[in-house]
Amino acid sequence: MSDEPTRAEVCAAAIADAFAEDGEIFASPMGLLPMLGVRLAKLTSNPDLVISDGESLWLAGVPPIHAKQEVVEGWIPFRRVFDVVAYGKRHVMMGATQIDREGNQNISAIGDFNQPARQLLGSRGAPGNTVNNRTSYWVPKHSPRVFVEQVDVVSGVGPTRAKAAGPTASRYNDIHRIVTDLGVLDVKGPGDAVRLISTHPGVTVDEVREATGFDLAVADDLIESRSPSYAELVVIREMLDPKNLRDREVPAKDSAQKDPAQ
Amino acid sequence: MSAQPRDKRMTIDEIVAQIEDGMTVGIGGWGPRRKPMALVRAILRSGLKDLTIVSWGGADVGLLARAGKVRKLVYAFVSLDTVPLEPNFQRARQNGTIPEVVELDEGMFQTGLYAAAQRLPFLPMRAGLGSDVLANNPWIKTVTSPYPDTDGTVGEFVAVPALNLDVALVHLNRADQHGNATYLGPDPYFDDLFVQAATKAYVSCEQIVDTAGLTVDTPVQRLLISRMMVDGVVETPNGAHFTTCAPDYERDEAFQRAYAKAAADEDTWTAFEARFLSGDESAYQAAVAEFAKENAS
Repeated sequence: MSDEPTRAEVCAAAIADAFAEDGEIFASPMGLLPMLGVRLAKLTSNPDLVISDGESLWLAGVPPIHAKQEVVEGWIPFRRVFDVVAYGKRHVMMGATQIDREGNQNISAIGDFNQPARQLLGSRGAPGNTVNNRTSYWVPKHSPRVFVEQVDVVSGVGPTRAKAAGPTASRYNDIHRIVTDLGVLDVKGPGDAVRLISTHPGVTVDEVREATGFDLAVADDLIESRSPSYAELVVIREMLDPKNLRDREVPAKDSAQKDPAQ
Repeated sequence: MSAQPRDKRMTIDEIVAQIEDGMTVGIGGWGPRRKPMALVRAILRSGLKDLTIVSWGGADVGLLARAGKVRKLVYAFVSLDTVPLEPNFQRARQNGTIPEVVELDEGMFQTGLYAAAQRLPFLPMRAGLGSDVLANNPWIKTVTSPYPDTDGTVGEFVAVPALNLDVALVHLNRADQHGNATYLGPDPYFDDLFVQAATKAYVSCEQIVDTAGLTVDTPVQRLLISRMMVDGVVETPNGAHFTTCAPDYERDEAFQRAYAKAAADEDTWTAFEARFLSGDESAYQAAVAEFAKENAS
């Protein structure tokens, strides 16, 4: 087995790290890489995480992504998800069609809300998530179309808007990480702006800046995203995702393997 | 001593005849899960118009929007899951053919149903604050808490308005003729809230059984809906098709793909309508069986 991680595997480790310090809370990943990352965290850095089948069961074990698990430890139908959101012991990682400089997210519509150029899902639970529990985002393709100066519709609320809406909105607003195929960001830039905190191996800061549609803040202590350990690679490749579904979401052509010309 | 509660069995067309133009209709289930599709199809065949539809939306919303039945839509999302963006809903929004939309956070949607079910004009919650749900729905107000929060602050909360329904339509696995109904799948969704939020509520089900039969093979906790909340019951086998109605059947993914593909343009949609939606429910089920046979071969 090659111990060179692919870009998808670096992303999985970065997502796992976003959940490593959460303690005993409900981890709600939306999408394939977030599910892989959360399960990796549960098998490594944070065994106390509560995970679900994405449907209505809390799982006692850690099955491969998209596999069934026989042993359950709880019941989490949709109505109880809303209860846990309000209770607060939850960290959701959602997708995002747009994210702006202030860390607002849009999954509702592109263009004018009254007659959108492109209708998306609808705001789903993003408004409630972002004022109640820790929220992160996963962006499989970092581009200026995703990272925009201002989102067309505010579904998920960033810290600046939460503060403007008052203490009830800001008290539990906690936008934690934005993990992309190029790096990891938070919302701790000047004025609570989106800020780059690590770049994946083989990615330069300039590449990330070019792929971002606003003036991107960069952390003074910017680091290179860590590569998953050999043990983590075994867990990802042999246990959690033996069918290599992760490469469909983050193609291996951008992998972190060194350019042979260098 | 044969005193029995009323027999509330009706046909799907008798149920749809209870709905009037301009009414607010809540549709139970969730996205592409356990939707009262036989009743939705009966609305498509009816002359009903100008409906306000309240739904955690799936193909129910897509079909009604495509048929021009919807004057106003209250939703938090519309999705088919494996087809993330519901094509008929997307098209209707992009063409501006739904005159009024109310997009809520999905927790707000539940809270609005709770308020209606409890005969309250609103209930407070955090969800919505700071988001464009409030900007796009300026009629949704906030309310100042009369009590300090645990941190001593006196905050503003969203006063989520009650989602009062004229009619609720839900689909469950089993019911008796009086309207008691049980779900056998993984999730009750919010069907009990829909029926309690409505002036009139109708249950379609896979099978009508004796009252005793409701708890023969399933715990009493799955009896989600009481007859006192229900005005009519109809047995509609495969009536949630093509949404999931586990354990009776899973979602018909092949059919859903065909539906989504057909929605892409006028010609293919006209052909889909002619094949599946031009007749009554038994014609629909026969066409679906034929489709399944073609796909299996």
